[in-house]
Amino acid sequence: MDPKIEAKQLNFYYGKLHAVKNVTLNIREHQITALIGPSGCGKSTFLRTLNRMNDIIIGTRVEGEVLLDKQNIYERNVDVVELRKRVGMVFQHPNPFPKSIHENVAFGPKMLGLTRTIKLNEVVEKSLRAAALWDEVKDDLNKSGLALSGGQQQRLCIARVLAVEPEVILMDEPCSALDPVSTLRIEELMQELTKNYTIVIVTHNMLQAARVSYWTGFFLLGELVEYGKTVDVFSRPTDKRTEDYITGRFG
Amino acid sequence: MPRTSFERHLHELQDEVLVLGSMVEKAIYCSTDALKNRDLELAKQVVADDTKINHKRFEMEEKCIELIVTQQPMAGDLRIIVAVLNIIVDLERIGDHAAGIAKIAIMIGNEPPLKPLIDLPRMAQKAGDMLRRSLDAFIHRDAEAARQITGEDDEIDGLYDQVFRELLTFMAEDPRTITRATRLIWVGHNLERSADRVTNICERVVFVVTGKMEEIGASKY
Repeated sequence: MDPKIEAKQLNFYYGKLHAVKNVTLNIREHQITALIGPSGCGKSTFLRTLNRMNDIIIGTRVEGEVLLDKQNIYERNVDVVELRKRVGMVFQHPNPFPKSIHENVAFGPKMLGLTRTIKLNEVVEKSLRAAALWDEVKDDLNKSGLALSGGQQQRLCIARVLAVEPEVILMDEPCSALDPVSTLRIEELMQELTKNYTIVIVTHNMLQAARVSYWTGFFLLGELVEYGKTVDVFSRPTDKRTEDYITGRFG
Repeated sequence: MPRTSFERHLHELQDEVLVLGSMVEKAIYCSTDALKNRDLELAKQVVADDTKINHKRFEMEEKCIELIVTQQPMAGDLRIIVAVLNIIVDLERIGDHAAGIAKIAIMIGNEPPLKPLIDLPRMAQKAGDMLRRSLDAFIHRDAEAARQITGEDDEIDGLYDQVFRELLTFMAEDPRTITRATRLIWVGHNLERSADRVTNICERVVFVVTGKMEEIGASKY
């Protein structure tokens, strides 16, 4: 099976700071790939290169290629808005718009030109169902998104991403602000979502990486030190630095 | 950053593998000594001590579970704990084989000896020696030594062949010896199985060191 995303000799610079160093990595379709590593290792920066989220930071520079279905997303003619529709993102802190639940989910499709109310309602329901939030909110879709609990807000943000029917979902520490029960719900949801989506997750929580992902990449000082099946990385890592990090002897 | 407390527990766990190993090794020697010297008291002691071995194994299993739950071991640490979980089962089973030999010694009691025992004590000596060295290899993470010990299982199989053939001759010549000879074959079988268990331990050593599960050397029996 061809990889969904291929990063090829990718380098990223914040001014003079070389944050991602020559990373080559394939993301498999309909599977979860976890990126782990200590703070400042470049894993989040790398994640954000996959939908050009770093473009908005002034003074940064990218070298190398990121291929999405064989197409380099850094080519001049690529429409970044279209790219971010295909490669959606969920952030560390749930960030619903200060609008109703319905409006939060309908926002993306509306921006993309969907106007018919019936169709919008369908998309909202479908997305909320896929995000495992529908049953909890269906009776009050006009309630503010901000009135939901943290875990619900994060699922709302996932629903908002799903509403624009992306192919890939990037998750940057999606559970670090959530309690354990909400965390498990999101993890369960991620497994469900792999039927239709490819997921890349950055997490500080190694046990979460071990629980949810099929592939794991370990970053250190901007380098991809080790990349392989999660079960192998966590039971028989090949690099001493990976071993030290995941056994908690790092630093 | 060292994980001092976890590492101490991990060391203690491995020390306890050595303790359990020496209990089992002693059981092998004592059971064959009891048989050879017709020492019924010693045989009863081996049977009684087997309960302690079983108990110790459960205690260690509990400790492994506790470490998994509280420390979430990964990579090399995880492999050590998984290996310990397997090794203690093998040790406990070898203990059972020794207890089996002791029970045969009790069964034989004061019946007239069929023949002086030579090869069976030799098998016991060899099996005990392999056991001790396999645990040394575990502690020292010596996959090469583990592989070599596995190869020595052929010696045990050879001795077992010899014991079997000799006892068969006795039985063929004089059917009145069948009961006594059969019991001695059981003893040989217990020792042969014990050495096989040692090769399992050796496979665990290789797993701890390399992360690979491989069958090293297949026993004839």
